[in-house]
Amino acid sequence: MIPEIGHFALILALCFAFLAASLPLIGAARGDTRLIGLAPPLALGQFFFVSLAFASLTYAYVTSDFSVANVASNSHSLKPMLYKITGVWGNHEGSLVLWVMTLTLFGALVALFGRSLPSAFLARTLSIQAMIAIGFLLFLLLTSNPFERLVPAPFEGNGLNPLLQDPGLAFHPPLLYLGYVGLSVAFSFAIAALIEGRIGPRWARWVRPWVLVAWIFLGAGIALGSWWAYYELGWGGWWFWDPVENASFMPWLCATALLHSAIVVEKRDALKRWTILLAILCFSLSLLGTFLVRSGILTSVHAFAVDAERGVFILIFLFIAIGGSLALYAWRASSLEPGGMFSTVSREGALVLNNLLLSVATAIVLMGTLYPLLLDALTGAKVSVGPPFFELSFIPLSVLLLIALGVGPLLAWKRGNLGRAAKLLPPAVLLAILGAGGAWLIWGAGPVMAFIGFAIAFWLIAAILVDIAQKTKLGRAPLSTLFQRAGGLPRSIWGMWAAHLGMAVLVLGVTASETWTEEKLVILTPGETVEVGDFQFGFKAVDPVAGPNYTAIRGQFSVSRNGRHVADLWPEQRTYSSPHMETTEAAIYPLFMGDLYVVVGDPDGIGGWSARLYYKPLISFIWAGVLLMVLGGALSLSDRRLRVGAPHPKARPVPNVAVHQPAE
Amino acid sequence: MRHYIYFAGLVIVALLLSFSAHAVAVDDNPLPDQAQEAKARAIMGDIRCLVCQNQSIEDSNAPLAKDLRDIVRAQIAAGSSPDEVKAYLVERYGDWVLLKPPLNIRTLALWLFPPLLLLGALLFILARARRTPVNQGPTPLSDAEQKRLDMLLAQNAANSHGTHSGKEGTDS
Repeated sequence: MIPEIGHFALILALCFAFLAASLPLIGAARGDTRLIGLAPPLALGQFFFVSLAFASLTYAYVTSDFSVANVASNSHSLKPMLYKITGVWGNHEGSLVLWVMTLTLFGALVALFGRSLPSAFLARTLSIQAMIAIGFLLFLLLTSNPFERLVPAPFEGNGLNPLLQDPGLAFHPPLLYLGYVGLSVAFSFAIAALIEGRIGPRWARWVRPWVLVAWIFLGAGIALGSWWAYYELGWGGWWFWDPVENASFMPWLCATALLHSAIVVEKRDALKRWTILLAILCFSLSLLGTFLVRSGILTSVHAFAVDAERGVFILIFLFIAIGGSLALYAWRASSLEPGGMFSTVSREGALVLNNLLLSVATAIVLMGTLYPLLLDALTGAKVSVGPPFFELSFIPLSVLLLIALGVGPLLAWKRGNLGRAAKLLPPAVLLAILGAGGAWLIWGAGPVMAFIGFAIAFWLIAAILVDIAQKTKLGRAPLSTLFQRAGGLPRSIWGMWAAHLGMAVLVLGVTASETWTEEKLVILTPGETVEVGDFQFGFKAVDPVAGPNYTAIRGQFSVSRNGRHVADLWPEQRTYSSPHMETTEAAIYPLFMGDLYVVVGDPDGIGGWSARLYYKPLISFIWAGVLLMVLGGALSLSDRRLRVGAPHPKARPVPNVAVHQPAE
Repeated sequence: MRHYIYFAGLVIVALLLSFSAHAVAVDDNPLPDQAQEAKARAIMGDIRCLVCQNQSIEDSNAPLAKDLRDIVRAQIAAGSSPDEVKAYLVERYGDWVLLKPPLNIRTLALWLFPPLLLLGALLFILARARRTPVNQGPTPLSDAEQKRLDMLLAQNAANSHGTHSGKEGTDS
């Protein structure tokens, strides 16, 4: 009964989506306020019915209703409750329901918070949003019905892939979807603006919080996924340039560019066409990412859905969505007036460089990801494009980007002065040299690129500090009012500093862990001690343990440094019963300067156990860096200026217009 | 002869794979010579694990990956150069085994793409910047605009005394 309600709710949501995609659009074209006014309630209706469907599916999972095919093939009655719930989106159909729910959630949020938007613009935006929903709902109902019944119902389910039974991976998809789908709002805003043929600072101000939200969740989702790979796959790797990782990385890169170009639109009314194009591309990359994962066209860790028929549907959908929006862009973009002008050396110029480098980076990832497919389709030849290609092309780009990132914020809008910025930067150069030297002192020799990485990271940190000192008038105004001045700066500026600092921290983490990781592959008998880095890893014993749906062997390690006990580590090797699978559970002990990382393997049959022991310097900095970026985004989002749905929405647009008029 | 043994081993391993795709084996035997081991490890990072999902054989648990690791180590220990080891593997599995695609007519477009794109984009931006005259400054205000500006400034000056403090920076 409940699953049928869910199925019915999906159909109703589709009906609502059809209404929402047509009536408000017609209303906006004819100026019919009644039809325009339908958009928000229809958006809320879509969200309500898709949520109902999602709740029904969750209910089927929680109660282990194996008469539902989807539950039977992906769940098991003995699974812990957490993974019964997260199992809802641990499969193709369920994850699509989550996708659509997130999509309609964003539609509902736009409807709720967008009351300060002009009603025709809001109606158009919500119509576009509903069109996307139609595509996905049709996909669900026609090719991937999650509520299909099984007759007769099996007594027990197949269980969930044990690799997915992990908190890190359980919450990785929802975060990622919030990011992917958040970009749909930017897309809908862009298409609505193209239809109206108008875009300006106000548009940028409306779209910015949505891009920020998407960017925050994408970053958090990617970081969570990479953290999962780090501790679950047991090889200490955290990024593999896997096509599915790339599929989430491309929208993030693109959204980063969009975030920055939207600033130029907001402040200077320039780069308008480019920003619209970026908004379209960002969501296109999200759709492409979904396609790459869902169609099974790539073989990779995440491809739990391998079905070419569905791929054809998404391919057609992609063609209509991306092709249609780009065609609309080609047709309408020329009607957008060019905006404010600026000199090459200026804040805008720096942001253009940022956009250029990020777009090139996105294009390279796209090329590297699709090249094997294209070559295979065109010539039948098979090549692999793996980490070496991406690293080779990414490192020079990152170096350029990070150097520019230090200087950019110091330049003035419209016409900057490199000389003035250069005067501020000697301390940054000094700190960069000190940073590289410090790395040499701590870890000793390494490839030149490692020291360049350190120098650039410290360069960036110093440039941020210089900028903070500048903006808080440190040394030029009395120290007693420093905190007041610092607090008086807009939160978006603090957000920018936090995010840029996160970038520097990330670079430190990547550079140090890639260069100076120490690793030992050993066969150990209990009582033996191995030296890795400055640490002594003492191997105590291996014991059998049992979990709710697995059995495991657990190694015991005691780690000390110079005779002082540092940590106890218990790496496991688990054997899951349904489905049968073995997984490694690495034991990780994070220290500030690096992680201790232990994996236990098979016995050698004569009393010894194989083990891999690592010391990974600064690797936590990778996630700390992303966390800083996410916090920076959140800080920027909390800026008063961006808060949509402020108490007096009617009164707000007037001062905005007055402020920005002179810039035109 | 040795190659045949390896090949037979590979076939057996591939058969076993169908039973335990994710079996974890941390049972490598690193080469005693540190320099040789480092050389072998560098090669492993560039070799694709053929049965896995976009992982190198350096960080894959699959038995086939282990077997390839053994091959790499054995060949390095026997004195082969890294290029010879890679050539050996390519001969057996094709270019697909290399995570870093070799530069040839098929991959020319791939390898030229990043530098050409970056160069092209930079040139495009610079050319645009040169075409757009920026240093002539903004067009002067018309009389009506000037009057309105004076009026607004006067109004603003009258309003801001006492009430405007603390608002600076909110729109910077």
